[in-house]
Parts: sequence; C-alpha cells; structure tokens
Amino acid sequence: MATLKELSTREFNISSGHRACAGCAFPMIIKQALMAADNPVVVGCATGCMEVCTTIYPYTAWKVPFIHNAFENSAATVSGVEAAYQSLRRKGKIDKKIDFIAFGGDGGTYDIGFQSLSGAMERGHDMLYICYDNQAYMNTGIQRSSATPRGANTTTSPAGKESFGKKQYRKDLTEVMVAHGIPFVAQASPAMWSDLMSKVNRALAVEGPAFMNVIQPCVLGWKYDSSQSVALAKLAVDTCYWPLYEVVEGKYKLSYKPKEKVPVREFLQKQDRFRHLFTPKNEHIIDEIQAEIDRKWEALLAKCGE
Amino acid sequence: MSVPKNAGWRDVPKAGRILEPGSAAEYETGGWRTYRPQHIPENCIHCLFCWLYCPDMSVIARDGKFGEINYKSCKGCGVCAQVCPGKRGQKALVMVLDEAAAATAEESCAEPKAQTK
Repeated sequence: MATLKELSTREFNISSGHRACAGCAFPMIIKQALMAADNPVVVGCATGCMEVCTTIYPYTAWKVPFIHNAFENSAATVSGVEAAYQSLRRKGKIDKKIDFIAFGGDGGTYDIGFQSLSGAMERGHDMLYICYDNQAYMNTGIQRSSATPRGANTTTSPAGKESFGKKQYRKDLTEVMVAHGIPFVAQASPAMWSDLMSKVNRALAVEGPAFMNVIQPCVLGWKYDSSQSVALAKLAVDTCYWPLYEVVEGKYKLSYKPKEKVPVREFLQKQDRFRHLFTPKNEHIIDEIQAEIDRKWEALLAKCGE
Repeated sequence: MSVPKNAGWRDVPKAGRILEPGSAAEYETGGWRTYRPQHIPENCIHCLFCWLYCPDMSVIARDGKFGEINYKSCKGCGVCAQVCPGKRGQKALVMVLDEAAAATAEESCAEPKAQTK
C-alpha cells in the first residue's frame, strides 16, 4: 500500500461542495475507496444520505461516472451496468478494464435493497458492493433499521419511561454475505484507512462479486460532536463492536486485533443515542450488550483460528 | 454549473444528466462554519491525516506536504484538528471562532425577525 505522501499527489474522485453534515464520515469512505481503485470506476448509489448530498441537481460531487436509480436497487442497477460492459467487451467494442462499485447505506442494504443485493451477489457479477453502515435511516430523520444496535434511541424506537430504545440486536449482514459464498467479504472502518484501502483494492481485483461493510459514524443520528467522527470509528474497532476481518474464498482472517479490548461502555458513552442507558434503570442493558459483543468476538476469533 | 440558471427545457441535458464532473466544487459550503481550523506550521509534521480525513476535501496537499485550507468549502467540523497528532503534544491545527462567519450567521438570523415587525 502506498504511503499518504505518495497518495497525496493523486486527485480525489469526489469534490467539495457536497451537502453532507459537517463531520460526516461517508465522504471519508468515498475518498479512501476511490483512491484505492487502480482502474477507472463506475459508481452506483442507493437513495440515502450519500446520494442526496452528493448529487443535488445541477451539481455533482462525483468525478467518476455515477448512476442512481432507486432506493432498493443499487446492486441491481450496477450489476446491469456491469453486464452491459461485459457484453461490449465480448463484442470487442471496449477493451479497457473497468471496475464497478455500488454504494448503499444500511437502510438501502440491510433492509430495502437486500433482495437486489442478494440477487446480484448470487448471479456473480464482477462488482464490489460497499455498505456505509450508519445504523439507522439517517437521511429521513433517524428511523430504526435492522442495522440499528440494541438500546439505541431512534425516532421509531424512542427511549422513554417504558422503553430503553431498540429492543433487538442488529442483523449481522457481513455474516449473511459470507453465507452467499462469494469470493470476498470484509468489514472495515474509515479510521483504519490503510486496511480499508487495501481491502477495496483486493475486492476490486477479485473476479466476481465482493461485499464490504464499512461503519460510518453519523453526527446527527449518533449525536456527538462533529469532530469525533474518526475517533468513534476507531473506538468501534477497539471495543470489538465493529471487528475488522475479511473472508476470502471462505477463509476467515482477522485484520486487526486490539492490544487491549476497550469496554463497550466507552463507545456508548460518547453517543447521546445511548444516553438513557446510563441510568440505574437501564444499566443492565449495557452489560447485556457487552456480553453479546464478547460472545460474537470469541466466535469470530475461533473462526479466524486465533 | 453545467446548466445555466435561466435555461429552458431544450437547453437541459436529457434525463437530468450532469455533464461536468465534480461541479459541486462551485457550491460554497464555507458559510456553514462557526469555528475555523487554523494551521500552525511549526507544529506540523506533515502526516497528512487532516488531508486524508477532511470530509470536505478542504485540506489541500502540495508536494506531499500540508499545503493550505480551502475556507470556501470548509464546514468547520473539527475533524482535522481532532486527528492532528501535532508535535510534542502541540497540535498543528486548532479550531478558533470564525468571527466573519459568526457575524454573517447572526445577520441572517436577525433578518426574518425584522421583517415580521
């Protein structure tokens, strides 16, 4: 992987002037992902913050060909573009190597776009799907999604006298994608730029479908100071809330093992969406969340043979 | 901008395509800012973390070193100052109150009140 000094001579494939909130982490993910691509890329995007903020007509923040279709079909749209490219290639009308990336938020990936994602992966298109997981429908005003963690306060799982926020644990989509048997599945965090970029680079290099799940701290929905986006993306990894690993051809590999596992309490405390958990009434939920994280972490270590 | 302001429907590209890549750069988001990052060159080790993490592409690198900050697009989120390791515990990027931006914000907030009177 190139050093930052070498990378800084390249131009970003996304421009300033997009209308994402101050401190939003998805532009960091776009920056790093597009910088990691060796070939020209075509990007598709599900409806969501990323699409809405970067493509306000008549402006676009993208410097690569970009296509948006609907909320639920980012994977289907990009798989269609990829199929058209393969056809043109077979006919000899195009000989350039082009990579295809589909972006989707957790709403457009875990829930609404799930069937189109599953279909595209099963059909074996040569594309990479990157989910930027901010753990709720942030663009429409913080409604719970199946990526929202247990205990989080959202507008459709409000914390109050009778409720401690969302009751269910989040869906482990990365494992669901592993079960699709595709050649490359990985989890990454924008705070670990070198890891994220190397994963995108390798995901684009594989023949066939690849999936990456990237955590994206959200200033508005997680409710923290806008300067803390990178710090929280790092803390998610250090608490093993968001372990970094990859599954290449069915083989698990741990990408990063924190020297000291930080208690999840520290991660939760920095976000006001979990504020109500720090009361005597709800304190036990934090212990339950910790127990669940420990269980999943141990299971992951066993799978990785650590 | 790829479409002129008073363009008719015949002048607009079909299917809402945008023909100019990265045209959003013309749209200035610097007015969102309350605090502004200030660079202190003597504390800078040119690690380029600010350049890498800036969500608004507002830190410009030159020759593999910190170059300058584009205040026309900087939203003042403070990520650059947070990731800055600095030198001997002294940060090379600090957030300071942006007097000009604060004054503009105050003005625009005061306006509707004056109209309702």
